[in-house]
Amino acid sequence: MRFRTLKGLAALCGEQDDTIADVMIADQAAESGRPAIDEFAKMAEYWAVMKEAVRRGLTEDTTSRSGLTGRDAQRVMARVEAGDVALGGEAGRAMAYALAVSEVNASMGRIIATPTAGSCGIIPGVFVSAQERYGWDDAKMTRGLFAAGAIGYVIANNSFVSGAEGGCQAEVGSAIGMAAGALTELRGGTPEQSVHAVGLALKNTLGLICDPVGGLVEIPCIVRNGFGAVTALAASDMALAGVRSVIPSDEVIQVMLEVGTSMPEKHRETAKGGLAQTPTGKKIMKDLYGKKK
Amino acid sequence: MRFKDVFSIIGPSMVGPSSSHTAGAARLGRVARQLLGEAPTRADIVFYGSFADTYRGHGTDLAIVGGLLDWATDDLRIAQSLQHAEAEGMSVSIKAGKAVTAHPNTAKITLGGTTRTVELLGASIGGGNIEVHAVDGFDVKFIAMYPTLCVYHKDRPGMLAEMTAVLSRAGVNIGHMDVDRKGRNGEAMTVFEVDTPISGELLAELGRLQDVSDVRLVDLEAGVGAS
Repeated sequence: MRFRTLKGLAALCGEQDDTIADVMIADQAAESGRPAIDEFAKMAEYWAVMKEAVRRGLTEDTTSRSGLTGRDAQRVMARVEAGDVALGGEAGRAMAYALAVSEVNASMGRIIATPTAGSCGIIPGVFVSAQERYGWDDAKMTRGLFAAGAIGYVIANNSFVSGAEGGCQAEVGSAIGMAAGALTELRGGTPEQSVHAVGLALKNTLGLICDPVGGLVEIPCIVRNGFGAVTALAASDMALAGVRSVIPSDEVIQVMLEVGTSMPEKHRETAKGGLAQTPTGKKIMKDLYGKKK
Repeated sequence: MRFKDVFSIIGPSMVGPSSSHTAGAARLGRVARQLLGEAPTRADIVFYGSFADTYRGHGTDLAIVGGLLDWATDDLRIAQSLQHAEAEGMSVSIKAGKAVTAHPNTAKITLGGTTRTVELLGASIGGGNIEVHAVDGFDVKFIAMYPTLCVYHKDRPGMLAEMTAVLSRAGVNIGHMDVDRKGRNGEAMTVFEVDTPISGELLAELGRLQDVSDVRLVDLEAGVGAS
């Protein structure tokens, strides 16, 4: 890739008068040695899988194998359709769709890891609801996924995207930053505005620990995907309004690395701290595994 | 750069809930199946570390058996893989083990088929990526991202030169290789990770080399290969 920072990515866009998506598609084809059209087709397939996961999460039984979670997306969607959500219908939908995909994941359905399975709801939640709202075609959405991928590529290579390494800020936080930046570009924002959206979003998740109850990708992972989709919308709105990330986004990514590295092991996916070790968290774990331990 | 391209960020397409516990486990199972080179009739799976602690909740057992059925990471049948295995005549035993292993997400898979057996020790290292640590007691490492040849042979001078000459003549580039032997002049295994698909003729040619007893191919892009 020709970029390794968000600043470098935006500069590259500026030089060539390209979007972030254009740069990513060209660089991906150069990296893989395959024609851009093939890379585009693969991403378009992933987009179809994301839309299908939203549909399944809203219509099918998503009770997880542990029985701990399921059907929350449908509960939220019913309120959205009744016109009774404080967020308003648009953000309410993004939240419900994100919950839907995360529940499909927890119930062993097919998803796309974006960037991980634990954070797989946020980008589809934001993207599918935006497509419905704005009437964008699938090609445009696929381009948006390349933009999200470019942002994730920078975050992943300068910091991290897995909860085991950097806490939930790395997992859900990265997905929110990717969704915020990509949505900003889809809505006509400049590459600089997209980059600001990433920094604004990431600031809001710094310090978020990874504390899955029973070690399962369910509690609190699923609701954090729902919240994450809403945060991404807010960050995109701020960036398009001209709000800047005063601390440059690349520096925010470095802070995430610093914070994640200094997190104790018990707060990095081990289920040895946080919500996993509350009285209820411990009871759930005992019910799940007690017999065998 | 740890992450090389856009699809290491967006993707893989997989069956949830965890890239380590399901996508990686499915790939480990599939590698074992391809090493056996036929449908297993018997599978003994031992989970270690985090796999042993949370495999039930994550469906790691279902994913690994899906892999044993030669399914991809996003095959929706994974949730019912145990029933499919039974219907295909594969008896499956799953246990949690206590041993200290190199990685917290480790599995040992022992497969029996109609003509042979294979034992694989491997780990799921995150994001659906895997590392094989041993095959049939040989400590050989590979990651199954590329077409991979596992050659069983006798430890003797010139063996590696003969094998690499065959690959060289076929225009096959070796990206990584690993050799282990059970003792001087004893049994050995050489693993080649290569950049291009391996043809059946090339496999046969390697198998005809003197002191080569068996050649198996792992190619997750291509499906079951060696025979």
